[in-house]
Amino acid sequence: MTAESYEVVVGLEVHAQLLTRSKMFCGCAAGFGAVPNHQTCPVCQGMPGVLPVINRRAVEFGIRTARALHCRINASCRFARKHYFYPDMPKNYQISQYEEPLAEDGWLEVDADGMSRRVGIQRLHLEEDVGKLTHEGGIFESAAASLVDFNRAGVPLLEIVSRPDLRSPAEAAEYLRILRAILRYLGVCDGNMEEGSLRCDANVSLRPLGASELGTKVEIKNMNSFRHVRAALEYEVERQARALDQRERLVQETRLWNPDKGQTLSMRSKEFAHDYRYFPEPDLMPLEPAPGWVAAIEAALPELPRARRRRFVEQYGLPPYDADLLTADRALADFYEEAVRLHPNPKALANWVMSELLRELASDAAAVAASPIRPAHLARLVALVDDGTISGKIAKDVFERMARSGEDPDTIVRREGLTQVADEGALAAVVDQVIAANPAAVADYRKGKKQSVAFLVGQVMKATQGKAHPQLVNRLLTQRLPPA
Amino acid sequence: MPEPNISLAQVEHVARLARLDLSPAEKQRMRSQLDAILGYVAKLRAVDTTGVPPTAHVLPLVNVMREDEVRPSYPAEAMLANAPEPEGELFRVPKILEE
Amino acid sequence: MDWTGLTVHETLAALRRRAVTAPALVEAYLARIAALDPTLGAYLHVSADAARAQAVAADERLRGGDPPRPLEGIPLAIKDVLCTRGVPTTCGSKILAGFVPPYDATVIVRLLAAGAIVLGKTNMDEFAMGSSTENSGYHPTRNPWALDRVPGGSSGGSAAAVAADLAAAGLGTDTGGSVRQPAALCGVVGLRPTYGRVSRYGLIAFASSLDQIGPITKDVRDAALLLEAIAGHDPMDSTSADSPVPDYQAGLDQGVHGLTLGIPDEYFGAGLDPEVEAAVREAIATLERLGARPRRVSLPHTEYGVAAYYIVAPAEASSNLARYDGVKYGHRAAGAKDLVGMTARTRAEGFGAEVKRRIMLGTYALSAGYYEAYYGTAQRVRTLIRRDFDRAFAEVDALVGPTAPTPAFKLGEKTEDPLAMYLNDVFTIPAPLAGVPALSVPCGFSAAGLPIGLQLTGRPFDEATLFRIGAAYERASEPRRRPALEGVR
Ligand SMILES: [Mg+2]
Ligand SMILES: [Zn+2]
Repeated sequence: MTAESYEVVVGLEVHAQLLTRSKMFCGCAAGFGAVPNHQTCPVCQGMPGVLPVINRRAVEFGIRTARALHCRINASCRFARKHYFYPDMPKNYQISQYEEPLAEDGWLEVDADGMSRRVGIQRLHLEEDVGKLTHEGGIFESAAASLVDFNRAGVPLLEIVSRPDLRSPAEAAEYLRILRAILRYLGVCDGNMEEGSLRCDANVSLRPLGASELGTKVEIKNMNSFRHVRAALEYEVERQARALDQRERLVQETRLWNPDKGQTLSMRSKEFAHDYRYFPEPDLMPLEPAPGWVAAIEAALPELPRARRRRFVEQYGLPPYDADLLTADRALADFYEEAVRLHPNPKALANWVMSELLRELASDAAAVAASPIRPAHLARLVALVDDGTISGKIAKDVFERMARSGEDPDTIVRREGLTQVADEGALAAVVDQVIAANPAAVADYRKGKKQSVAFLVGQVMKATQGKAHPQLVNRLLTQRLPPA
Repeated sequence: MPEPNISLAQVEHVARLARLDLSPAEKQRMRSQLDAILGYVAKLRAVDTTGVPPTAHVLPLVNVMREDEVRPSYPAEAMLANAPEPEGELFRVPKILEE
Repeated sequence: MDWTGLTVHETLAALRRRAVTAPALVEAYLARIAALDPTLGAYLHVSADAARAQAVAADERLRGGDPPRPLEGIPLAIKDVLCTRGVPTTCGSKILAGFVPPYDATVIVRLLAAGAIVLGKTNMDEFAMGSSTENSGYHPTRNPWALDRVPGGSSGGSAAAVAADLAAAGLGTDTGGSVRQPAALCGVVGLRPTYGRVSRYGLIAFASSLDQIGPITKDVRDAALLLEAIAGHDPMDSTSADSPVPDYQAGLDQGVHGLTLGIPDEYFGAGLDPEVEAAVREAIATLERLGARPRRVSLPHTEYGVAAYYIVAPAEASSNLARYDGVKYGHRAAGAKDLVGMTARTRAEGFGAEVKRRIMLGTYALSAGYYEAYYGTAQRVRTLIRRDFDRAFAEVDALVGPTAPTPAFKLGEKTEDPLAMYLNDVFTIPAPLAGVPALSVPCGFSAAGLPIGLQLTGRPFDEATLFRIGAAYERASEPRRRPALEGVR
């Protein structure tokens, strides 16, 4: 493993699509899924004569995220034009931010290899997304032509640039996982990497252990899942280590991750050095976020994953592992806390959520929002077990039915008659029948074979299809069986 | 401000940045005309701009924003009506060699 | 009676008292355009059918339907840089040949809402880059006062149309003088409003931090009328000011008594045609007789205006014109086998020489290693020029000087020497760089019978004072003349 003789230096550039209703600079809907070119207008299609107008909520989301990442909100920031020709970019320049970004100098706490480190956030800025290209025949290389859909053009993006503080592919993946959780907690991005609403590029370089100056930086693009980020970085680290071992010169370049080949491949044609010719966007005025506005946004910040995990351990006495699992997604944590509020049995509810509920959701915590099972239903189910109305075993069946029908447990238990028989008179009769019907077991008992009670209890349970209250059956039997 | 003395190579580099396919004759003319204009512009070197802030906007406006409200988009046919090569409801472009 | 000779306010009166109907008026203009424009070339597109339909609607109101609106039935000439829904808009460029916008510029929305009628789209230097309208991708425009001379530019089509009575008034755009200079060369009134006074939404951008839309009219009152109709805040333009629009006609008769007028030394130096200087000095004397107090002032950075402008404007233009790539609208080169080749050919075929020159100049000025030296320096000089004006306006109510250094020059005279053409803008460029308003009013003729323009420059958002001075001077000077075009066929 030659990589061990080098220090890995990784910085991540994350683009998050903001969950605004409208686009960054026009009133077109920002949500995707629409028919191609049905969510465009002269502004987001870059027609002659149009002008952009800044979406206030996009700025608010930017400030919210920046403060959650402990960034300084600049007293004044402005937009700038970034120039390069590409057919998915209507104006052939992107309205972005350059010298005066929205926010700078923050940090994000990352736990990796058992310890917690602060990863620096260099800057955070707003920009507009580009359209989507599809290539005839589906493959870029062989396509005779390409087709442009501008629906996504102009959707607000938040670019979050980390400092080169990450020291391993695992740490980079963990940073991304935590950042995604925070963005989802903040409600500013749905974090869906497969659909591209969260995108990640990486700058990777290696340097001999102990060296101070950075090695040649390589940019990696097209990693659209956590798995890919980690795999791509691991491949790239190995590639660079091997090259350095063989005294090869690494070129500063952009490489694309190819998940099929499991390799990063150089983007040859990029040899023509880009010159983005940034200059202040003359169509937009500078932003000077009022301190009062920033303070209000900050005051409204929700509790973030780390803090909530800590609180779950302290307040509900949960093991750290459970707290971690329950707070990984905001929707799941909210579900759990609502249930606990309605029926204060934190441990039992934690178990139900982590085992039954997550299995029901195929481990997709985010899906809890859409689940037919509501917090009140789960709380009620556990309450029915706790007050002995139903047995734990019956409760599992009830849960299945709740998941299928979305009904509350009481309705199901009542309809299916699943309550335990706790009526002494009714049970006594059954017990007497069982004693009468099993003289052998009774005789054994007299001889002192206490365990035959268990057999008789089983018979009673059988006769009542498991609905008899076990403790009560025990008492009735021992009362009736004459002592030896 | 650099001495204006544009080389043909610079003209070609700038033409590439600007996506302009210039004929050899145009490049030559462009070279001498840019030289002349930049030679004139070089008079700005005589101005003392130390400590003078640049003017990006003549108006002192800040924080011009709109509320996050969805407005109806334009019909696709209206947005494709001017397309040189529409294909269905998409814009068709020739083979992309550069990524 | 030839109704096409009237000003906007005279025409409004005639329509209101039913001396003429809107349809009859539109027919008169269409007939005059048909007769004269083949020679003058003021229009790129005449929208006769739309104009006739608008005239019928205006007639309804004037015949006592709904109450008539401020510009009810007034036929206008619109510079082709302004987007008009369903009407071809080319910006004088082949690269936008056949482009039909799906939306109206804000000024068009406001003019139509005021009852005005759009006769057609007027010729211009391609993408408003030029001072003679010879850079039009389609055809040149002739000066109605001398057919072998230029009308000025870039709004030469609108200026020629108004001077030749091919419209009651028109709209132009002014980035470095493109409303005022053609107005001066064609003997009509042209206003460049304060930056931010009129919405730029739908104005095809040349240099975003400088572009402004302004009226080109037969007299000062018309300019005030039109500005009232188009000015005001627009939520679609982040650079539009939300200060209220005053009643610009209210002060027109106040006269200039008590006003202090600054005479910038730098506006009377070398390169100023003696006939132009004489006419301007005479105009200043007239204003003094009317009770204004002239005072010498200095705008020391005037000589750097052209240099700063020819960095800032091309830089912004190189960015604004990047969108013309043959993908979404307009011209696409045939036969290209790959995207880069298609775009580079499309732009090579679609753009004219001047536009290419400015795209190259601007791209160079913004490129790595040159940004601070060129764009940065130019933006700082811009600050100094603004400070010159601020200092002057602390002492005076307005500045008075020539609009253009010479009367109209001959077609083809300067096309081979871009720099000489640029220097024509020396007096009109400072106002846009500083964002202040400036008005050009006719102030007599050269011996050769060519119109001369007087430029009045004012404080930001103080167009009212410019109208007040312009109107006073207009009343005191000889009555408006019309070019003799009767022979033209
Ligand atoms: Mg970006
Ligand atoms: Zn849009």
